[in-house]
Amino acid sequence: MTTPVKNPETQVKRPDESLFKRLTRQQLFIPVAALILLVLFNLIADPSFFAISVKENSLGNPVLSGNIISVLDNASELVILAIGMTLVTASSGGQDISVGATMAIAGSVILRMVCGNEVSANTMHMPLILAVLIGILVSMVFGAFNGTLVAYFKIQPMVATLIMFTAGRSIAAWINNNQLPIMNDITFKYAGTFLPGIPIPTPVFITALVILIFWLVLKFTTLGLYTQSVGINANSSRLNGLDPKLIKLLTYVILGVCVAIAGFIRVSRSGSINYSRIAENIEMDAILAVALGGNALSGGKFNIYGSILGAYVIQFLTTTLYKYDVPSTALPAYKAVVVILLVVLSAPVVREKLASMKKAPAKAAKEVS
Amino acid sequence: MPKGIALDKQGRLKDRVAMTDTNLLLTITVVVFFILYLSAVFFLGGSFAKPQNFLNILNNNASLIVLSCGMSIVMITGGIDISVGAVTSLVCMVCAVNLEQQGGNMLTVILIGLGIGLAFGVVQGFLVAHLGIQPFIISLAGMFFAKGMTTIVSKEPIRVTNEGFLAVKDTRVIVPGLGSPNKLGVYIPAYVEVGVVIALLVVVLLFCMLRWTKLGRAFYAVGGNNQSANMLGINVRRTKFLAHVLCSLLAGLGGILYFLHVGSGDVANGAGDEMNAIASSIIGGTLLTGGVGNVVGTFFGVLSLNTIKRIVSSLGFDEAWWSNITVAGMLCLFLVIQSIVLLRKNTSKQ
Repeated sequence: MTTPVKNPETQVKRPDESLFKRLTRQQLFIPVAALILLVLFNLIADPSFFAISVKENSLGNPVLSGNIISVLDNASELVILAIGMTLVTASSGGQDISVGATMAIAGSVILRMVCGNEVSANTMHMPLILAVLIGILVSMVFGAFNGTLVAYFKIQPMVATLIMFTAGRSIAAWINNNQLPIMNDITFKYAGTFLPGIPIPTPVFITALVILIFWLVLKFTTLGLYTQSVGINANSSRLNGLDPKLIKLLTYVILGVCVAIAGFIRVSRSGSINYSRIAENIEMDAILAVALGGNALSGGKFNIYGSILGAYVIQFLTTTLYKYDVPSTALPAYKAVVVILLVVLSAPVVREKLASMKKAPAKAAKEVS
Repeated sequence: MPKGIALDKQGRLKDRVAMTDTNLLLTITVVVFFILYLSAVFFLGGSFAKPQNFLNILNNNASLIVLSCGMSIVMITGGIDISVGAVTSLVCMVCAVNLEQQGGNMLTVILIGLGIGLAFGVVQGFLVAHLGIQPFIISLAGMFFAKGMTTIVSKEPIRVTNEGFLAVKDTRVIVPGLGSPNKLGVYIPAYVEVGVVIALLVVVLLFCMLRWTKLGRAFYAVGGNNQSANMLGINVRRTKFLAHVLCSLLAGLGGILYFLHVGSGDVANGAGDEMNAIASSIIGGTLLTGGVGNVVGTFFGVLSLNTIKRIVSSLGFDEAWWSNITVAGMLCLFLVIQSIVLLRKNTSKQ
């Protein structure tokens, strides 16, 4: 909190460092630096990482393939989640850890709708758009459930969402009677794979669309402003005529929409679902994306583009680790180390220590006391 | 924690209010448990009426009791630790590898379990207490780290065949007077496993520690109000640090007990136990906001949770998913009750 006040002082003292300092104080510094590090690492270790080639997919369409395309493609769900998670973090000062489980629910609902009661359906029983809308609606209801617990019952967000984290995958299995429906209709898979004739994966377009919508919403509505003010001080925003509870609830419902879209992309990649494995550990990645984007996990001001960039960096890291044969089950251990490093570096105490290390000792002592 | 209960002048009053909270919530828990169990005995009868059935709840949940007690202590100081289930899993796996592939014995198993717990506790406690990072984030990272490490140690389940270990695992402590004759009329004595004895010992020790030692009272003070605790001369950081160390240490011990119960290392061991532990603590009357709680309540919380799980499964909902939904439902119910109690108290104070 006190660091911004101290900036000018340090900059005056060491003018030769000012450019570097100004850079490091930029909110996007951490994700950009991480991205550059990863790119450099891959360039040095194996430049073929960046190769993009044109291949034919199983339908005979020419499509682009390569690690970069795979990063852009596979990051889609994460980017969409990170956007919603940023809003929730900003308004309530906590994170929703049930996103993976709710994605399973949304996916399960959508599959149930398009498959009817068949275990393996060849045609859709319902227009896809309607099924997706129902999925979004269900997901919004679960978002509202979380939001109500957080906003109206004042339960810590992570504990409130623990309920859905525990029950979500079970509810998803229950919706389909624990069967694993498979959708064979190729049009169902368009959203998760490729549209005919277009060589770029569809999820990339969906993500771009979602980002565009949020850009417009944040630009032309007061959502962003209200969210920040509630996150910074709920009481004074109430005195200024806002309804902090409603706004918190709203951010959770918005996250619900994001979760449903992400869940839809995930199920339409394969046309099937595995309740315990789908979107496993994605809540961790989403929180990590928000933190990596330079957003305070304790709420308040946010930068949605930081989170988006953070999400791509995480997917880049994941793809890089996969390339070096790290098994998917061991990935969480590596990511956990990254998370801990990040939160340690962004902890106020550490920042203050780092800042005071460069000052005169007497002044540092004064700051601490 | 803006509990808004007491101003500085009313410090004494606040303490008294907090204690009645503990007693009130403890009473609710104990009553809920007895109502649940007795109604199960009356309406479902049969297996619930047998003492051994009750003891089996203990046998199956010795590790959960220990985990939940650790969780309660962290929650009393106002924190949370969701890495305990994953630590359990890691301890089981490392112990299994140690016994099967490195020729370990019971002593090394105990050392490994407590060592892993201690390591997690020291790191997490330091990050939470001294760097002021949210405990949820840290323990989430800890949970994923432990999960990842477990699969790095071994992906395949390992069954333990070490004789010394199996001897301890199969030791049964006979409970006098609770046995019942089986169908052939042979008297079968009721028993508990070694783990249960250890778990009960832990509950008693922690109860005494929380009630009568300086450290125990410091946990409540820090959870109730950081700043007043600081003004009372309590080292808040050290207290929080110790709470996390204690919790992870108990998670390590819980891992050993789990290992003693199942006798194998498996990635799926202890899955979801962090949720069960949090749910048990909350049902047992530990407030998430800190300052209120009791390990005896937690003990009854574990019993209530597992009783209701059994009731649900004996009602015919025996598919695996019902268990999770039940836990979540109980958690939700008690969270809302707590929240209403707190909100009402806050408004009545104003």
